[in-house]
Amino acid sequence: MIELKDISRLFQVGEQTVHALDNINLTINNGEYISVMGPSGSGKSTLLNIISLLDQPSSGSYRLNQQDVTGFNDDQLAKVRRENIGFIFQFFHLIPRLSTAENIEMPMILAGIPAVERKHRVSAAIASVDLSDRADHRPDQLSGGQRQRVAIARATIMRPSILLADEPTGNLDSRSGIEIIELLENLNRQAVTLILITHDQALGDRAARKIRIVDGRIC
Amino acid sequence: MKDTLNQALTAIFAQKLRAALIVLAMSIGISSVTILTALGESARSYIVHEFEALGTHLLIMLPGRSETTGGQPPIFGETPRDLTLEDAEAIARSRYIAAIAPVSVGSAPVSALGLEREATIMGSTAALRRVRHLNMAQGRFLPQTDIDQALPVCVIGQTIKNELFAKQSALGQWLRINDRRFRVIGVLSSEGQSVGVDFDEMVIIPVASAQILFNNHSLFRILAEAKSKKAMYQAVIDIGQIIKRRHDGEEDITVITQDSVVNTFDEILSALTLTVASIAAISLVVAGVLVMNVMLVSVSQRTPEIGLLKALGASQSQLQWLFLTEAAILSIAGALLGLLLGKLALFLFQMLYPNFPVILPTWALMAALLVSVLTGLVFGVLPARKAAKLEPISALAKR
Repeated sequence: MIELKDISRLFQVGEQTVHALDNINLTINNGEYISVMGPSGSGKSTLLNIISLLDQPSSGSYRLNQQDVTGFNDDQLAKVRRENIGFIFQFFHLIPRLSTAENIEMPMILAGIPAVERKHRVSAAIASVDLSDRADHRPDQLSGGQRQRVAIARATIMRPSILLADEPTGNLDSRSGIEIIELLENLNRQAVTLILITHDQALGDRAARKIRIVDGRIC
Repeated sequence: MKDTLNQALTAIFAQKLRAALIVLAMSIGISSVTILTALGESARSYIVHEFEALGTHLLIMLPGRSETTGGQPPIFGETPRDLTLEDAEAIARSRYIAAIAPVSVGSAPVSALGLEREATIMGSTAALRRVRHLNMAQGRFLPQTDIDQALPVCVIGQTIKNELFAKQSALGQWLRINDRRFRVIGVLSSEGQSVGVDFDEMVIIPVASAQILFNNHSLFRILAEAKSKKAMYQAVIDIGQIIKRRHDGEEDITVITQDSVVNTFDEILSALTLTVASIAAISLVVAGVLVMNVMLVSVSQRTPEIGLLKALGASQSQLQWLFLTEAAILSIAGALLGLLLGKLALFLFQMLYPNFPVILPTWALMAALLVSVLTGLVFGVLPARKAAKLEPISALAKR
């Protein structure tokens, strides 16, 4: 469960202070499917960064799964991220020199999971995104849709309760985009909280709960 | 641990040229350190050995006092009293001296069977063999006789033997030196040069015979062997007192102990080795800076990847170790390659100069390895810290 209370995020741009987020109050329950929409510069990405603990709010409090994470240091945040949150990015963010299997394995290496267990979970994850015949391919040998499926397998390998997808279809053709969204929605049906950030109205409308952000406020 | 190593290795192999350049720089540093240290060490041990071959407790007495205080020379000129056979006999009676070999040296034509050449004639006693550790190829050395007994016998070196008695045995033949005849009783085995004295071109005759031959009663020097290393220093004092008694209260000889010569050379050459190695070590530091440079470039090139790793839950220490391991692997690879190059160069050097003993001391090897790994780590810390401290969002945003 995500509970944001009076969250503000200020940026200093020259002499001006910009309110990227202005007193946001938002509660997202486990298993929800929620889309966040809004024009560029509205604060969607900042909200995503705060939720995903990549960024810290200037004020306000954030409780993630009944735990106040507002004052956590870098390494504590890394651990919380690792265990609770899976990321899916517009530009995939795969490590170019690693194979499909190795990219998917990475979060488990960072978590210190033993090699034997890693191997089992990786092959299961590869099968679940239908890439068994591409396990040893490097990202540059895969299509965009395949890359995003690798990214999804990587995001879910630690069995996080929350999936954050930032424009997951932004770089894909519409057919691959639909495939990816269906994959994500399927995960949501397995009780994973899915937060989808998008420009695409049709995509946003698929979500059960829709949030719109303008000028750092939810409206 | 193993995973960190794996990750670092794949990262290195992803940028082969970069890795190769770093390794090359490091290896040049290491190989120059090892080569220079080895050459310095070898020169030192070569010279020390050379002097130690003179005999372990050797004392060398020269007539005259070498002044070390400087200042004006005395107006009347100090005519040094000669060292004589009697002086040698008196010194031989010292209880710290095990053996004594008076030496007089001259040059004279030697001939046999119609062949003639110029040779260095050394007059000495049977004790010379013990004091200078000479080995015989044939026959025997000078007989044990009274010091003033002028026997007409001689011992010759290899070159003399080959040139005057080319195809036949020299033993028992007559050798003419100036106008006197000496019977050859022994041939020295070839020793090569020993501190500038070439025994191969030498004819050794009893010291009393040499004094008659050259009509000269002074000795060139006296070689003595002390009974032990400890006795050597007491022997120096004792010899001084004996000479003082015999030379009207003047201690007008110079006594050189072999270990003082060895120590001096040892110190000079050790200092030289250290200096040369330190100069070479600068190249290691340069290599270290290069490692840092390349690692920094690598960090900025891999900023998105670092951001991703952070997003996936990598802690600061994990990232730091990842980059440190990379730097360490590159340094170690460089060090090993450098050692290999160094060994190869030393091997080639040994092929060119087989007589010069080339030794690479283990301490130098270890030190070079240690220093390279340390430079790698020290210069790797800054880039690694930079990577660990990157803000994940800004790192991810950059692409």
